[in-house]
Amino acid sequence: MKIIVCIKQVPDTHEVKLDPVTGTLIREGVPSIMNPDDKAGLEAALRIKDSLGAEVTVITMGPLQADVMLREAMAMGADRAILISDRAFGGADTWATSLTLASGIRRLSYDLIITGRQAIDGDTAQVGPQIAEHLGIPNVSYAESLQVEDGHVIVKRQYEDRYQLVKAKMPCLITALSELNKPRYMTPGGIFAAYREKEVQLWTVDDVEVDREQIGLKGSPTRVLESFPKSIKPEGTKIIPDTEEEAAQYILDRLKEKFVF
Amino acid sequence: MNLQDYQGVFVFIQQVDNQVTGVSYELLGRSRGLAEDLGTEVTAVIIGDGVGSLTGKLGEFGADRVVVVDRPGLRDYMTEPYTQAISAVVEKYKPAILLFGATAIGRDLAPRVSARVRTGLTADCTKLEIDPDSKNLRMTRPAFGGNIMATILCARHRPQMATVRPGVMQKIKPRTGFVPQVDLFEPDLAKNNKYVEILETVKKTGSKRDIQDARILVSGGRGVGCPDDFSLLEDLADALGAGAEVSSSRACVDAGWTEKGMQVGQTGKTVRPHVYFALGISGAIQHLAGMEESEIIVAINKDETAPIFDVADYGVVGDLHKILPILAEKIRTEKAARA
Repeated sequence: MKIIVCIKQVPDTHEVKLDPVTGTLIREGVPSIMNPDDKAGLEAALRIKDSLGAEVTVITMGPLQADVMLREAMAMGADRAILISDRAFGGADTWATSLTLASGIRRLSYDLIITGRQAIDGDTAQVGPQIAEHLGIPNVSYAESLQVEDGHVIVKRQYEDRYQLVKAKMPCLITALSELNKPRYMTPGGIFAAYREKEVQLWTVDDVEVDREQIGLKGSPTRVLESFPKSIKPEGTKIIPDTEEEAAQYILDRLKEKFVF
Repeated sequence: MNLQDYQGVFVFIQQVDNQVTGVSYELLGRSRGLAEDLGTEVTAVIIGDGVGSLTGKLGEFGADRVVVVDRPGLRDYMTEPYTQAISAVVEKYKPAILLFGATAIGRDLAPRVSARVRTGLTADCTKLEIDPDSKNLRMTRPAFGGNIMATILCARHRPQMATVRPGVMQKIKPRTGFVPQVDLFEPDLAKNNKYVEILETVKKTGSKRDIQDARILVSGGRGVGCPDDFSLLEDLADALGAGAEVSSSRACVDAGWTEKGMQVGQTGKTVRPHVYFALGISGAIQHLAGMEESEIIVAINKDETAPIFDVADYGVVGDLHKILPILAEKIRTEKAARA
């Protein structure tokens, strides 16, 4: 079977710090990583490959620097890597991104597509379901586990207060939670192969069949009007109440002020 | 696309087991303000099986009109038929604005709908406003792990779609006795290759709910004193209601008072609830790393110098064993008075 995993290179937001004086983002020295949910999706694909046999292709849309992440994916065990990169795709929102990725994926054959639930820089969780919609296939989001069986995928789909076992006929798209598994490390042999034996295929706008009016900033229905640092929290208050009654009332009043209930 | 053809503020009402999810009322509340700024009306859209009885309460909480798609087979959320139903609503009613809760359902349904009806979608908004000049919706959301905020417009497409985080918008005081207009809408729902089969639904029991999903965490540390006194925390969580869970510091897990799955901190889980109660937790750096991004931090501790007070928005120096029962009772009284 053929599996495509969509992955994204993201800044490690846990390493992002705010300048305490200006309140702006300090980007210098922040490492780029494979998005954690996507990495879990890749691991899920590799486990299917290990147990049932599969060809695993990783695909990303991004700048040329994403090459490093694609090589990492191949060093973990992916067979092929495709980088969709072109200035024409720049500034894309989730709608234009998903359309571009779907156009790239249409060039490939696939039984299963796996994406991460969401990327840690944007946190939107939109690109997976939108790719499925553009391709006209079902999607199952928030997968906690998945197994392939007889032309179908059985997914444990997480909700806030429950989970469901959902059976979807392939081809379909699954969005993976990082809880799905613990991704493997690259192996030395894998790293060697990823750099010496395997290639990252580069696709530009000329390589994907897509309406140029619908990609990049121009094709994006949404536009960032402004961005600003999150207001730095004002210093907290601490009280030493005379009675427990006063303490409880103080907390109740603050909760009401903040519409907690 | 003629933007003027699209009017009104629409809210997808999420129901689970025929109970309306809280965030839907919060969205109706905010929609009233948006509709007033636009001089338009608020429409609730509810999909399910036997959901007709829920319309009255939607009216009281802000809907002028309720569009009901009611038929067997729609009781449980499924991506494809719900996408078809909402897309049909968009086609027929042409909303200017369409809002969803940023829940596991809303974050699945909204992107699918936006791709189908070819419009933009902004995820996890924490603020919605109408631009006074253009009358476009200004959607503000956190990005980069919450480190920056971005305001986003969808100026040339309609509807302007957004998912909104639970717990940030305010419900209105119910308009008792208000009766909304009810439209029974029967779109054609075609069975196709995009349907999936639900084999089994398993509800998580109280103690097994993931603390990372909680809207409010009532978290206890060594200062709770003994495992039995965690009942005080459970009682407070119960008073706070749906979305409130009990968690703990590492000290309590190590002492065998609480389960590992409840542990907040560097070697436990990183949480970011709307409200975090740190009760009898001194605030070691490893604990702070797991919770300091919480929106509101309330701390109770006997030790005036505990480092938890450095990150707390509201700190109270005192005995949690005496304060918690009074607080739980006050919350219950307050809620009963409002109901």
